[in-house]
Amino acid sequence: MSIIIRNGRLVDPKNGVDEKIDIFIDKGKVQKTGKNLKDKAGTEIDAEGKIVAPGLVDMHTHLREPGREDKETIETGARAAIAGGFTTVCAMPNTEPPCDTRALAEYIIEKAERTKLATVLPIGAITKGRKSEQLTEMAELREAGCAAFSDDGDSVKSAALMRRALEYASMLGALVISHCEDRDLAGDGVMNEGYWSTLLGMKPIPREAESLIVERDVCLAERADARLHIAHISTAESVEIVRRAKKQGLKISAEVTPHHFSLTDAELKSYDTAFKVNPPLRTEKDILALKKGLKDGTIDVIATDHAPHLENEKEMEFDHAPFGMTALETALSLSVENLLTEGLLDWPGLIRLLSVNPCRLLGYGRGSLEEGAVADVVVIDPSAKWVYEKEKVFSKATNSPFLGKKMTARVTDVIVSGRETLRNGQMKY
Amino acid sequence: MMKEKKKHTWRHKDLLGIENLSEEDLVLILDQATGFKEVLARPIPKVPTLRGKTIVTLFCEPSTRTRASFDLAAKRLSADTLNIAASSSSFLKGESLKDTARNLEAMKIDMIIMRHECAGAPHFLAGEVNAAVINAGDGFHEHPTQALLDIYTIREKLGKFKGVKVSIIGDIAHSRVARSNILALSKLGAEVTVCGPKTLIPAEMEKMGVRVVYGLKDALEGADVINVLRIQLERQKKALFPSTREYINLFGITKEKLDRHAKEDVVIMHPGPVNRGVEITQEVADSRYSVILDQVTNGVAVRMAVLFLMGHNKNLEQKEVPTKLHN
Repeated sequence: MSIIIRNGRLVDPKNGVDEKIDIFIDKGKVQKTGKNLKDKAGTEIDAEGKIVAPGLVDMHTHLREPGREDKETIETGARAAIAGGFTTVCAMPNTEPPCDTRALAEYIIEKAERTKLATVLPIGAITKGRKSEQLTEMAELREAGCAAFSDDGDSVKSAALMRRALEYASMLGALVISHCEDRDLAGDGVMNEGYWSTLLGMKPIPREAESLIVERDVCLAERADARLHIAHISTAESVEIVRRAKKQGLKISAEVTPHHFSLTDAELKSYDTAFKVNPPLRTEKDILALKKGLKDGTIDVIATDHAPHLENEKEMEFDHAPFGMTALETALSLSVENLLTEGLLDWPGLIRLLSVNPCRLLGYGRGSLEEGAVADVVVIDPSAKWVYEKEKVFSKATNSPFLGKKMTARVTDVIVSGRETLRNGQMKY
Repeated sequence: MMKEKKKHTWRHKDLLGIENLSEEDLVLILDQATGFKEVLARPIPKVPTLRGKTIVTLFCEPSTRTRASFDLAAKRLSADTLNIAASSSSFLKGESLKDTARNLEAMKIDMIIMRHECAGAPHFLAGEVNAAVINAGDGFHEHPTQALLDIYTIREKLGKFKGVKVSIIGDIAHSRVARSNILALSKLGAEVTVCGPKTLIPAEMEKMGVRVVYGLKDALEGADVINVLRIQLERQKKALFPSTREYINLFGITKEKLDRHAKEDVVIMHPGPVNRGVEITQEVADSRYSVILDQVTNGVAVRMAVLFLMGHNKNLEQKEVPTKLHN
């Protein structure tokens, strides 16, 4: 099945392309790009006024399967991914059981393949059962298809064990993704410590709960000469630590979620549990630091931390509701609204953060539209206005504070390995 | 010619905190309470104002004083009351707060007075039910009727708020009484100082418009009112202060410290229950400075005022009316 996308603005930053040219796709690959292609194809897409880019890649998704299929399944998560323009998502291993064996990694990959939607790359656990006791068999997990390693949801508690994990992973050339949170400091906190936690009388999470572990893991990674990626970075101090490490030439990278650069802790004044996330929403000052980090390259990646939960789990006292919000379907719009419209980034810059850089860090051969590349393509209407309506959500969960909100920029077409999955906003499978 | 000032009316469906109240709302409650305090002094201290109304006290955290005070206030207004305590409610059977709220609503009640260990729980409840919700203490957040009875007592003793210096001493971080008092006193023009161990003062406290001091002397000097908070002894287990002994030495209110640093006519308040010999000595608690029992008496009158205003609110089942319409 061949596809031709005409008249779009092809944004392919890896190959330095940003111009109005056509792209011809056949046999799952990009066959050629160029002005006014004469080729005929089974499907013709007119992308006049639209952006055509390599499919987005989310380094940080919670698909909940296996174990909590009531919240999300690989299929519903992959569907939400496509709706949001993501052709590949990385599934975090905090499932039940956690992804710490070859069998589980293969199960996730095969289950995802059957959906014919987004590609799912499992992230293997760093420690068996995510218990911070013993390392997983990382070499075998990598062979099974794990794209990186993380105990996301928790930090590896012992510094000694984290050091071993970084050493071992570096031997394999694997990326370690660290959820940075000192549980002693965070305690039973539910929101960022500051004026709002004081006013609202909510249990505070100090900023140092994050930055202390960022500092610890950067030190350990330096010693181990390892590749360390900081998950969902949220404070100005953490950004500064990463900036310093990069200046030193360390192999440190970082990701930020759309909600951390678009919302502050002042939102919690309504006690709306949709805003309860971990790390917690921070302050204006932090948002400025995160944006600066995105602009100067300190932060490499925008990742969603898509965290589906049941409605009745979130309809609770704030203290009792689980952390997390869904994000796959809103990530692109929030990035456009908060980074592009403000002139902080341009489209090639945004595509780097959402596709090129995640692929580079994961050693994943996508994020490029050169001839011969696997045809993972997203078509975006950059100025479309739409409302994120509960009834039209693709994810199984609706725990998003953006429900009912007007959004800018919409994904219209998504092609995965040369196969149409979304056409004119309609899901094909 | 001066136009007569229009009488302020109550327009809130719920009483979730002092934060949403205006200075006029606060004065309205205090004035109303004055009338009810007079009622309470009568041989038959009961009025038929809320006859036919059903008021539920839903206490998901232990309380004797506040629950009894609300219950009594409701009965003095001839309302029917129903008391639900967490230990006897379905919470232990795993029923969610949302379901509890819906079930109560299905029983056609008019008001829910709620205490809960989680900040924001009454706000959640208010969003789920049409009945009026009164916050009787939510986590470390607010305890509006305590602040109302405190400011009532201050007005009774000092006759004014503007420029009155109030020092709140103790565990500020974990105190809903402190937060509600700070908000109420600031709205009324009083000057608030908070004092306690640094480990028990929450982040960015000054932004709430208070002075923060760590030396008791600084808090006592020049204060017109000293509000002493109960120190919860279990905080020591979490290493928030070294020992009760050291706490008493640094922050305990004793006659000697008052004689040395405080004004002669200083007013001593305490929201109760008192740990005698810890945050305050027996001598001070029972002294002429102390208005602790006045607070308790005033608590009933103030809660009657709140129940009355909310029970007679024509807009009870409506959203806030925009002020514009009333100009």
